[in-house]
Amino acid sequence: MKILLTLLILSGWLFFQPSPDPYRILEKIDDNMISNTKIIEGEMIVYGQRNTRTIRFRSYSEGRDKSFTEYLSPPREKGTKMLKLKNNLWIYAPSADRTIQLSGHMLKQSVMGSDMSYEDMMEDRKLKDVYNANIVGEETIGNRECQVLDLNAKVKDVAYERMKIWVDKQRFVPLKEELYAKSGQLLKKIILTDVKKFGHRWYPTKITYKDMLKSGKGTDFIIDRMQLDVKIDAYLFTKAALKK
Amino acid sequence: MIKFIFKGVIRDKSRSLLPVIVVAIGVFLTVALSGYIRGFMEDLVDQTARLQTGHVNVVTKAYAKNESQMPLDMALLGVDTLIRQLRERYPGYHWVERIHFNGMLDVPDKNGETKKQGPVAGLAVDLLSSHSDEVKRLNLGTSLSAGHMPQKPGEVMIGDELARKLDLSPGDKVTFIGSTMDGSLTFQNFTVSGTIRYGVKQMDNAVMLVDLSDARKMLDMADGATEILGFSRDGVYYDNETLVTVKDFNARYVYSKDAYAPVMRRLRDEPSLGYYLDYMNKFSGIMVFLLIVIMSVVLWNAGLLGGLRRYNEFGIRLAMGEEKRHIYRMLLVEAVFIGVIGSVVGTLLGIGLTVYLQYHGLNISGMIQGGTMMMPNIIRAKFTPDLLSIGFIPGVIAVVIGNMLSGIAIFKRNTAKLLKEIEV
Repeated sequence: MKILLTLLILSGWLFFQPSPDPYRILEKIDDNMISNTKIIEGEMIVYGQRNTRTIRFRSYSEGRDKSFTEYLSPPREKGTKMLKLKNNLWIYAPSADRTIQLSGHMLKQSVMGSDMSYEDMMEDRKLKDVYNANIVGEETIGNRECQVLDLNAKVKDVAYERMKIWVDKQRFVPLKEELYAKSGQLLKKIILTDVKKFGHRWYPTKITYKDMLKSGKGTDFIIDRMQLDVKIDAYLFTKAALKK
Repeated sequence: MIKFIFKGVIRDKSRSLLPVIVVAIGVFLTVALSGYIRGFMEDLVDQTARLQTGHVNVVTKAYAKNESQMPLDMALLGVDTLIRQLRERYPGYHWVERIHFNGMLDVPDKNGETKKQGPVAGLAVDLLSSHSDEVKRLNLGTSLSAGHMPQKPGEVMIGDELARKLDLSPGDKVTFIGSTMDGSLTFQNFTVSGTIRYGVKQMDNAVMLVDLSDARKMLDMADGATEILGFSRDGVYYDNETLVTVKDFNARYVYSKDAYAPVMRRLRDEPSLGYYLDYMNKFSGIMVFLLIVIMSVVLWNAGLLGGLRRYNEFGIRLAMGEEKRHIYRMLLVEAVFIGVIGSVVGTLLGIGLTVYLQYHGLNISGMIQGGTMMMPNIIRAKFTPDLLSIGFIPGVIAVVIGNMLSGIAIFKRNTAKLLKEIEV
């Protein structure tokens, strides 16, 4: 009788265990990943079919809608700067000594031949503002327990109609993402690894992008140094800073 | 006797007028349409060869598979060596390198800020070398609508319509934004030296013509090209000869597992053009066949009507002792006369229209909006000597067949009842 009662209580407890709220998970991801300011130095390794290129960069960002990136090497890329302010993106090319605003279909082009597009860089809205979310399962990636979220766009002007993300249950860091077109075609696959603690935040320091429509072997973004919540001169987020 | 028959045909209009009109119309349509199709095909083949494919072309295997994306990273490298080998091995062709690339043209305002932008389809050819015949091959001299051709590095020509959309005139500065062969972002300032009007929508709306050396520097493609084109020395495309060249070249690389090994294709291998060539060749044959069948049926009926009208005449001739075979033979000789007259009239009219369209052409730009194939906006007919016979012979044959069928009735006449039939 005691055993029966225990089983009944246990099954009731399991049954009434509150299921995690997908929107709460998205909020926690944003809380973890978005800092007030961020300075990153690292490299982008583009694995092409014929060769591999390593491009070093330093990036400054404030929130999600302001960022300034300067490319440090190789010589062809050195001195190229990008400024993103909300929905606008400017590039300064020292070879032409011009500051050019990228718009329209140019935003779909890849950044420096990588598997990431300018459009990917431009997305600055919070996930919960753009997608409807559902939890569709649990999986283990590496040795980390993950919740699998299926996100469907609730706004029209979004680069990917559907996303599937694997989120670390404890750290609230996405460890894998799949980005889909409206047709259901898988467009990009992103693997996020080498998660490290920066202050109270967990952050992946290696992000591997694979554009599924390109024949290359993907692109690695490797973060060597990262400073969070440091003061950044406001002048950096102006067009004048591009030519400096 | 021939003179007698000829006079009969000329004087008895009811015997000859309808068949002559039918034959003349049929022959006219055959000649005019054949001339028009021939002109269209020649323009299409010539234009496609000059602008896109050459008579044969060499690309990498990887590029051939993804050609619609114009992937620069899959371009040919070591082009100098390859082109030297091609010149030695296939001296019957002129070999030239070209680079196709895509990007954006940015027009600055007086402060250097973006004023206008537009997508461009870049084509890099050897414009500045003294030995280059690309300027002539691309008809740049006659296509120039404003300014001058590039005379030094850093000068480009752009399509007339593109210049209008971006408010550009010769002398204006522009910046090209695109990707290098490795995928790096590339920016290059140019001066617009002139604008060109090809009469091909895709070119006029988007083309940017740049010298090969400028493009190689800009796209990081030293010793590279997206393709090497071969043009037969007399400028004419020969299907069989190019096939031999293609087979011989590709046999050397057939076992190569290198995705960037070169592969040769011929003009016909351009998918939509091959389809057009086959379709047009079949179409000409089908048209002549239909002409004979339709005209034969019409003339058969005309002959039957004529037979009814000449029922008494044939009866009297039979009653007077003329043989049925002889009347039948005379009918066929008459048919030859009618056929010749109708065919001459039809051929002359058809050639007249062909020659008119050869000089004035027909503007089809409204019909090819949104098409991906490079088609000329104005299609011109082409007069060739074989047009003199292409409708003439089927025209005569059709009348003879029509009369042969209708004349069979002569053999069915019962000579015993002739007097009663003709009510003598």
